[in-house]
Amino acid sequence: MTKNLLRMHKISVSIDETQILHQITLSINKGEVHVLLGPNGAGKSTLGYTIMGNPRYEVTEGSLLFEEEDIQTQSPDTRARKGIFLSFQAPEEVPGVELSSFVRTSTSAVSESSERLLAFQKRLKENMNLLNMDQAYTSRELNVGFSGGEKKKSEILQMLMLNPKLAILDETDSGLDVDAVKTVSSGVKNYLNKDNSLLIITHNTKILEELPVDFVHIMVGGRIVATGGPELITKVNTEGFHPFEEV
Amino acid sequence: MKEKKKTYVDDVKRSIYDETCNLEPDFTVNAGLTADIVEQISKEKNDPDWMLLHRLASLELYNKLNVPNWGPSLDGLSMENIVTYVRPNTKMSDSWEEVPDGIKNTFERLGIPQAERTSLAGVGAQYDSEVVYHNVREEVAALGVIYTDIESALHGPYSEMIKQHFMKLITPRDHKFAALHGAVWSGGSFVYVPPGVKVDIPLQSYFRLNAAGAGQFEHTLIIVDKGADLHFIEGCSAPKYNVASLHAGVVELFVEEDAKLRYSTIENWSKNMYNLNTKRAHVKRGGHIEWVSGSFGSHVSCLYPMSILAGEKASAEFTGITFAGEGQSLDTGVKIVHSAPNTYSNISSKSISKNGGASTFRSSVRVLPKATGCKSSVSCESLMLDDISRSDTIPVIDVQTDQVDIGHEAKIGRISDQAIFYLMSRGLREADARALIVNGFANPIAKELPLEYAVEMNHLISLEMEGTIG
Repeated sequence: MTKNLLRMHKISVSIDETQILHQITLSINKGEVHVLLGPNGAGKSTLGYTIMGNPRYEVTEGSLLFEEEDIQTQSPDTRARKGIFLSFQAPEEVPGVELSSFVRTSTSAVSESSERLLAFQKRLKENMNLLNMDQAYTSRELNVGFSGGEKKKSEILQMLMLNPKLAILDETDSGLDVDAVKTVSSGVKNYLNKDNSLLIITHNTKILEELPVDFVHIMVGGRIVATGGPELITKVNTEGFHPFEEV
Repeated sequence: MKEKKKTYVDDVKRSIYDETCNLEPDFTVNAGLTADIVEQISKEKNDPDWMLLHRLASLELYNKLNVPNWGPSLDGLSMENIVTYVRPNTKMSDSWEEVPDGIKNTFERLGIPQAERTSLAGVGAQYDSEVVYHNVREEVAALGVIYTDIESALHGPYSEMIKQHFMKLITPRDHKFAALHGAVWSGGSFVYVPPGVKVDIPLQSYFRLNAAGAGQFEHTLIIVDKGADLHFIEGCSAPKYNVASLHAGVVELFVEEDAKLRYSTIENWSKNMYNLNTKRAHVKRGGHIEWVSGSFGSHVSCLYPMSILAGEKASAEFTGITFAGEGQSLDTGVKIVHSAPNTYSNISSKSISKNGGASTFRSSVRVLPKATGCKSSVSCESLMLDDISRSDTIPVIDVQTDQVDIGHEAKIGRISDQAIFYLMSRGLREADARALIVNGFANPIAKELPLEYAVEMNHLISLEMEGTIG
């Protein structure tokens, strides 16, 4: 079986007729960790939404393959069932819906089967412990009144429970204190294995210190302007994005 | 053109409500409203003299008062076409065995006898204009709890108590339909709970209007004496006809010192119904009234239960949900009068509108000058499921003293595309994502409804998907 998981070829994306992404080409193989770095407003989140299939973002050209299958016309829930997960930068609050019952609904929807309740609860508890989440959160309403850090942990918890093939983390580290970043990255490390892939979107490099990064892409003005190894992180840390903006 | 999926929230499954029964009534007055008709009703019902006088005085007021013009249109309602009194062909009984099959089957489909066996302390069932069944568990009766129809009470040992309270809290002067009620009322329930008696399981009265083009005008009078405790459930439904029907009941609740009353209503009238109901509670020192209300049916509803907090530390709580679909204008709300110091009220309301339905929430909180140190909090949230539905909030706050703590919060929203996208990214189909949001919205209120109704409400918010080309 092929190693190739996601293949994005010359994708351009518009929102309300304004072009945001210009001919993005990106390939992610199984087991790889990719990082997308760039200043605010570069179009990084748009790339995440495009892969997940947000209907507001219109793909005007290019192709998008997941495990060699064209997924461009597929709805977000179909993509989720194929194994794509997006951790939202600002997850929506859903009043009246308990976190645990939502995660159960979600895991059965994605796996199209139903896990035994006890097994589910055990897994949920283990993952919550890993993320230093109080068990009381299981009966909290989904994201309602959660602090920034709690929301991010709840997203990573869902990632661990769904165990996707490709997880896209959109600014999962932003607004977190040092300890929370450590907790989140230990959760992320737990997810990684030789088959699972990761695309980390960030403008901050703290979370990357603990993770085995394979590729780094720099996005500026809706274009990928540089691709390389972890050495690019060092370059961004010392020189910022300026050198890339002038390319 | 791209194919778009459209989702909608399903209507209430009406089939069990729409079954009609073709049992011929025993007696029916002509349509319309005249002194002759009122006298005829009074005679048929064997009223005491004071009641006949009350009816005629109410009729006079009815003829003088104008149709309220501040709310939904009542143009489709014309009194000349409404039959105000339809007596079913049976006598009231305390045994379902004696209730004629057609009527009994109706209540069985609605689950009333079953609920009585499992979870109620007593049941009253009204069919058109008269109560056909009334029964209360022996152990509850042994505590001195009275639960009967108003007609029996008018002639029994509680006749004086009825006379002292009947339409004293809601007088026929209140508005045109209160006057109408005063003239043609029939049926309903009387409950008296003696001091200190706590009734652990609820009593339930169910009102069924079977006749076409008729009116139902039941009167509910409840007195919960000092330190006593009661939960009363009221359910209503009717089959759908093409002609307008009218419901103008009156509910008068007297909550004495340190007593507690929870009054739950599930209204599921058919969509040809004008539901113009008036409810009011008078709460004395340390007493507590709790309203739980679910409004799903009717063509037009005007319903604003009022709580008068008359004694120090009296309190009121209201939890309600309204669901307006196609062709429905549901105008609901709450009135609170803080007329004593340190009184407390808490109002929480939710409404859902879809398919062009309109829901309006009116709240009125009045704090009289002597009501210092009182607290009131009003919260209403609306969810519109499409662009053609309406939702309005009309709060009135009238505070006549400084030392109060009043809060008001209103939110009107739609389901955001981003929220749908978020839930779909977790594997939920679009319809399921919508259903989850609507259910979550209604959930805090549904929890307060009696169990069998909560199940029905969740069922009603199950969604279906429809493919259209957009």
